Amino acid sequence: MADIVLDKVSKSFPDGTVAVQDVDLEIADGEFVILVGPSGCGKSTTLNMIAGLEDISSGELRIGGQRVNDKAPRDRDIAMVFQSYALYPNMTVRENMAFPLRLAKLDKETINQKVDEAAKVLELTALLDRKPANLSGGQRQRVAMGRAIVRQPKAFLMDEPLSNLDAKLRVQMRTVVSRLQKQLGTTTVYVTHDQTEAMTLGDRVVIMRGGAVQQVGPPQELYDHPRNLFVAGFIGSPSMNFLHAAVQDGSLHTALGDVPLGDRVRRELEAADAPRELILGIRPEHFEDAELVDDDTRRRGMEFEAPVDIVESMGSDKYVYFTVEGEKASAAELEELAADAGAADFAGGGGNLVTRLSAESAVAEGQSRRVWFNLEKIHLFDPATGRNLTLRDGRAAGALDD
Amino acid sequence: MATGTETTTRAKLRWGLLDVLVVVFALVPVLWIASLSFKTPATLTDGKFIPREWTLDNYKTIFDTDQFVRALVNSIGIALIATLIAVVLGAMAAYAISRLDFPGKKLLVGVSLLIAMFPQVSLVSPLFEIERQLGLFDTWPGLILPYITFALPLAIYTLSAFFKQIPWDLEKAAKMDGATQGQAFRRVIAPLAAPGLFTTAILVFIFCWNDFLFAITLTSTERARTVPVALSFFTGESQFEDPTGAICAAAVVITVPIILFVLFFQRRIVSGLTSGAVKG
Ligand SMILES: Nc1ncnc2c1ncn2[C@@H]1O[C@H](COP(=O)(O)OP(=O)(O)OP(=O)(O)O)[C@@H](O)[C@H]1O
Ligand SMILES: [Mg+2]
Repeated sequence: MADIVLDKVSKSFPDGTVAVQDVDLEIADGEFVILVGPSGCGKSTTLNMIAGLEDISSGELRIGGQRVNDKAPRDRDIAMVFQSYALYPNMTVRENMAFPLRLAKLDKETINQKVDEAAKVLELTALLDRKPANLSGGQRQRVAMGRAIVRQPKAFLMDEPLSNLDAKLRVQMRTVVSRLQKQLGTTTVYVTHDQTEAMTLGDRVVIMRGGAVQQVGPPQELYDHPRNLFVAGFIGSPSMNFLHAAVQDGSLHTALGDVPLGDRVRRELEAADAPRELILGIRPEHFEDAELVDDDTRRRGMEFEAPVDIVESMGSDKYVYFTVEGEKASAAELEELAADAGAADFAGGGGNLVTRLSAESAVAEGQSRRVWFNLEKIHLFDPATGRNLTLRDGRAAGALDD
Repeated sequence: MATGTETTTRAKLRWGLLDVLVVVFALVPVLWIASLSFKTPATLTDGKFIPREWTLDNYKTIFDTDQFVRALVNSIGIALIATLIAVVLGAMAAYAISRLDFPGKKLLVGVSLLIAMFPQVSLVSPLFEIERQLGLFDTWPGLILPYITFALPLAIYTLSAFFKQIPWDLEKAAKMDGATQGQAFRRVIAPLAAPGLFTTAILVFIFCWNDFLFAITLTSTERARTVPVALSFFTGESQFEDPTGAICAAAVVITVPIILFVLFFQRRIVSGLTSGAVKG
């Protein structure tokens, strides 16, 4: 077991593509770290550099305090689980799992014992004599995991290990992975596309965009205190709502009405190069049916009225979609996020507002409804740089912060 | 459903008939030669498909002549050695071509294609001169070398197609599991490429075995003369005897190793050997 440190690690391919730029990351011993980001942002490349399958163009990679930039994968003592599983089709499950041990020249008895042990943990004992072709997807996945754990490596690397499974199996395997990692306490770097995996599995999440790290932190922190527009839009499902906001006389003109500003944000906006337009971000759960809000809460937010498009009742609460007029929020980040999620999933900068209201709300489709939202929970972003202006010492402080 | 099965049975019947037709068309000449080889000189020209009098005399004749046995040994030896070398070299080249991006890759592929397309007839005379100068004329290496040259493009093409089918990830996985590049190739890639290796071996062997042009130009005695050439030199016991029966027997004999070779290797060409390696 060991810690993994990436020190200004970059990768540029021979054709000039810069896939990873100056990534700084310290992964503690035994930590479970998730790399997420849209397709092509350099997650796999980063993982492959840690594995040694891809050369590091510049920067330093240390595993267990030792510089390993120039070491071959076999000398790094880390195991990898591939998205495609990459099982050896000509070998049985037992042989597949024994392969790393045989290469390490262990004696037969030890090999058998270790394979049996790993098979038991992963419930593969009955399948040991089968060939991979005769296994189900979930079983293949477990064999791939088994091959990684048998030799007790310093670290596990996993590149979208669950993305080939169907939804139900994925949930099952997610708990298997999580339990296994806790049991073994092995440092793990896990690449995924899937929000839920990122939020539920890891101790810390690394969000990447275009080869650069955007923010690193525990999942909840990224959710509550996104450092920039990209992180805010990437984390959360349904995603945060983004609205265009024009700065005017110390307040903000938005489609939801004029949003008052606290001193701190106002001071920032008074600077000479301050943006004249902002993007306002609100998560769906920070809205509430105005009728259900008590006076004390009401004071902390503001209200607006809008026509109801669709009501989706989830039992515990209601997702209500509103149409709002006004200019669309636009920024490069938002377009990228929309492209990655597929337009349907990302309400983002459109004229649509997604809200999560209490189940008691009497809201109905086709009506107009008064809705309250929490000003302490809104985020303001600079569309040019994507920076979150409402952060104070890394914590989101809302619009009214003094 | 009913119409569905009906059409499939009818389609099957149609295809079956077509298959039989093709097989008969292809096999009749071969069977005819086989039939001739069992006929006595007297009935040779009677035009009957099934010999009236069966005889093994023709086979006895050819195996009695030292000429033919020698040629058979030459053929087998030369073809096997050439096949082995071509497949090993071809496998290495094909592996590099399918896996690595190196400068001059396109050139290498282009040149090997060029060799494959080059008319062999135009090379025969220069080769004859060169081999005489080098002392390779009428020796085994004198035939093995050109065979390798012309078999290599074929080997590289078939093999790189096979290597490309093997998922990259398997090799990466092997490396992560602690294998060196060599171990990864030997223990993971080569076993999976086995069907490709055998297919290529069959093709190259057949090419060497059947060659007449090089064999007749680059040999002069029994030292290196292969069967196809030896056949053309067949004469009867006396000048006036017709060697047709013996030639047919020899033709049957030289077809047998090819059939054996193909049957032997075909059992190893298990399709779908890589299935289960990766999802989808
Ligand atoms: N061999 C290569 N040569 C040139 N560019 C490459 C090469 N491999 C990857 N890239 C580029 O590097 C970038 C990062 O690729 P990478 O595979 O790391 O993305 P990713 O984050 O894993 O994406 P995904 O989620 O789709 O797997 C991409 O823009 C890709 O096109
Ligand atoms: Mg990837």
